[in-house]
Parts: sequence; C-alpha cells; structure tokens
Amino acid sequence: MRDVAIVSYAQTPYQSSVSAQNEVEMLMPILSEAVEKSGIPRKEIGFTCSGSTDYLAGQSFSFVMAVDALGAWPPIRESHVEMDGAWALYESWVKIQTGEVDSALIFSFGRQSMGDLPSVLCLQLDPYVLQPLHPDGISLAALQARALLDAGKSSEREWAQIAVRSRADAKDNPDALVKGDADVDAFLAESCVASPLRPHTLPPVTDGAAAMVIAAGDLARRVSEKPVWIRGIDHRLDPHMPGVRDLTVSPSTAKATEKAGGAAGVEVAELHAPFAPQEVILRDAMGLGSDVKINPSGGPLAAHPMMVAGLARIGEAARQIWGGKAGRALAHATQGPCLQQNLVTILEAD
Amino acid sequence: MSEPEPLSGPHVLEYTYKRSVGPVLGRFFTGLRDGRIEGVKTAGGRVLCPPMEHDPATGEATTDQWVEVGPGGEVKTWTWIAQPRKQHPLQKPFAFALVQLDGADSALLHAVDAGDEGRMSSGMRVKARFAEERSGRIEDIACFEPEDA
Repeated sequence: MRDVAIVSYAQTPYQSSVSAQNEVEMLMPILSEAVEKSGIPRKEIGFTCSGSTDYLAGQSFSFVMAVDALGAWPPIRESHVEMDGAWALYESWVKIQTGEVDSALIFSFGRQSMGDLPSVLCLQLDPYVLQPLHPDGISLAALQARALLDAGKSSEREWAQIAVRSRADAKDNPDALVKGDADVDAFLAESCVASPLRPHTLPPVTDGAAAMVIAAGDLARRVSEKPVWIRGIDHRLDPHMPGVRDLTVSPSTAKATEKAGGAAGVEVAELHAPFAPQEVILRDAMGLGSDVKINPSGGPLAAHPMMVAGLARIGEAARQIWGGKAGRALAHATQGPCLQQNLVTILEAD
Repeated sequence: MSEPEPLSGPHVLEYTYKRSVGPVLGRFFTGLRDGRIEGVKTAGGRVLCPPMEHDPATGEATTDQWVEVGPGGEVKTWTWIAQPRKQHPLQKPFAFALVQLDGADSALLHAVDAGDEGRMSSGMRVKARFAEERSGRIEDIACFEPEDA
C-alpha cells in the first residue's frame, strides 16, 4: 500500500441557499484555495474526481458544468461519482494506489435549496415496491428512529442532547449553518415532523461545496509541513430494502470500521448521521467510547449540504488534526436510506 | 410598465420506455392484481415479501417456491405523517409502517390508514385493504388498516 495523505482542505461557508451563485461560482474559490494550500501546482495534480448528484439539479450530466470551475485545459484526467464526495476521495485513493498518479483533487457540491430533498431522495429507492408509495427521506429515517426507541437503545431525550451538543460545538465553526445555545426540554416540546422525529433531529437544508487535495508519501512530505495520513479507508453496504434489515444496527459501518483499521485510539470522530438518532447507531457499530469527541465541527445537524456532508466530515476531522486537537481521528460518510451505505476512514497526524 | 412575467414551461421527468419487472416481481404483482399477496422462499427457508430475486443475506438466488402471506400482519415500526405530501398514498394523516405479513420473515413498507396516531403502536395487527381497481402494481394494496377496525 502507498501512504496517502490529505494535504489541503477547503469548504464554502454553508448557507441555506446560495441562490445568487451557480455551481461553478460556488466552486471556484474553494478549488483555488485547496490547490493553493496543497503546494502542488494545479497542472501537476494527477487526477481530479468529483461527487455530486444530477437529481438535485434535475438535469442529466449537470455535473459536467462543474468542470468549468477546474480550468481543464490542457485536458486533465477526470472522473465523477454520483455519490457523496467521500466516495470521490475513495476513488482517488485507489487511483493513487495503482501507481498511475501521485496526487488528486477531490471536490463535491450540492445545492439542496433547488428542490425538495426528502422527495428527491425517493428516487434512490426501489422503483417498483417503494418509490410509488413515496416514502420520503424523513419518513424512512423516522421508521429507523422508532425501531431504535422500541428496542430500548435510545431515547428522544438523547437525540435532543445530540442536537444541543451539535449546535453548541458549531458556534466555533465559522462555516456551520445552524448554531447556538439550545435547550433539551424546549426541543422536546416541538411537534413531530414524522413521529418520533422532531425538527431538531433533522438535517438543515444546506447549500455548499468542499474540496480536498491528497498526495502520495514523498510528495505529501515535500509539499506539506503537516500531512494528515489516511491510515485506512473502506466502504460497505447493507441491503437496499429497509424491510429486510434490522434498522437498529449498522453491520456495514462495523465492517468498514474494522477494515479501515478500527476505532481504537481515536480521539475525535466526525460522523455523518444526517438524523440525530443515527449517531447512536453509528457510535454503537464503531464501538466508540464516551471518551471520543463526536462531531466537534457541529456535524451534519449544523450543516448538511447533500453530497458534500460526508467529504466535509473527513475534511473537518483533518482540521482537528491540523489544529492539534487530535492525533488520530475517525471520519465517516453515509449514503442511501437509513444509513444503507457507509464509508469509514482513519486519519493520523504525521 | 409592470414587471414582465417570468417565462416558465413544463419539465416532466419520465421513463419514455417500457420496463419488465422480471420473473419474481412479475409474479408478485400478478398476485396483487388478483387480490393475493405472495412471498418467495430463500434457499435457507426464509420467506421474503416483497419478494426478491436474490437473498440479501447470502447473495444466492431465491428459490421458485412461493408462499401466500397475509393479508394480516404485524407493524414492526411506524411513523405518523400528520401532513402528507401530494405524492403520498393517502391525502389525510396516516402512518408509514414496515408490516411483516403473516407467513413472511421480512417486512413490506406501506401506508396504514389508522385515522389517529393514538391507534398506532409497534406490534399492532393490521390487514391489507385492496384497491377496487387493480392493475399489477404495489398500489393494488390501497393501504393497510388496523385489524380491529
């Protein structure tokens, strides 16, 4: 295996709507920032991979427009995943493992404000027995949350505490969208959107983008004073149909954690749990102890740009290491209904 | 002069071709059209409803053994939708639920017309209410309703 490190990361300030900008305008500043901070000249970066979904724009191949933000002349080696940017990082990491390239630029973007995300997410479901009934993203997460309550594995109070903690931590993150002091009892007095989920347990509608540069061993050491090493990265999935799963557990997360090297010694974990109850499932699957700081960035309850929030977890975990807050960190990304697909990466200081 | 009206036009996303649902869902939907709910057995003997071509636990193809299940079943988990979206199967407050039909080992997602959230609970008994006009689709089950209704 070749050693690979994150050498730079940049993200937009997350907003509820960036209606004054298009995707290219949203991306250009952070692509420039990530490339500049990497210390690798733009034309020497070996590979570029993006993650986004055409379903947000409602137009096929809409991601191709984002190439305008790259300055792709002379031609570059470029790829795209219809996935969160965390999976674009995975493809880039594999590309470096092949020995074909030594560095990669990864970016992702999502403008959730352009549509109704819970409805858009129906389009990822089985088209015959699920989609016609339109079980939107919030409803499916609510089925999972109820199963967790019924199994006695969590409580509505615990979810409110997760939301209070997320908003409090987000106060220190200038990029976060939903932040401030909140009260558990006030949260519990809210009406449910889809019982047992109340508004504070839901991800905020968010627009934003993120970019990252990674590089192989010697190059990373040459260009960066503080490379953040990717010690392990793995992704797994559970069955597509929610009715065949035990929704209170996440075997794919447990497997990905194990294959990425395990959570032992991790001081910080950035978990992509779009809905508060899902954090409980992830912690359990990873075996994270109470001494592990969860989502110091504020996490997905503070900002949840679709297709970006997973890559942002990895970027925020790297920032914790750059800031000296952790020597070893875990970052997680999810896709699909009810935490169906999960990616785990273990990061370490030099 | 008044502000001009913004130009707008219809933009319909659709599949402009016909799809076959395949042998397994095809049989399931044919059953629904006839008012019958069927599950398929895995090699390990579990009954999946809705049926699948492959056992999600092993990846093996499921068998050609079919079992009639339901129309009664048990709610495994549910959520109350107080304000339905326009695409939802019921346009009044209802529950989405995972229903394990009698004779099945997996659960089917559908709507439960319970009238009031207070009538919903995990473990409750429900039964399928078939649509009057059926055409071989999941909507041939109009919804589920409490068995004691």
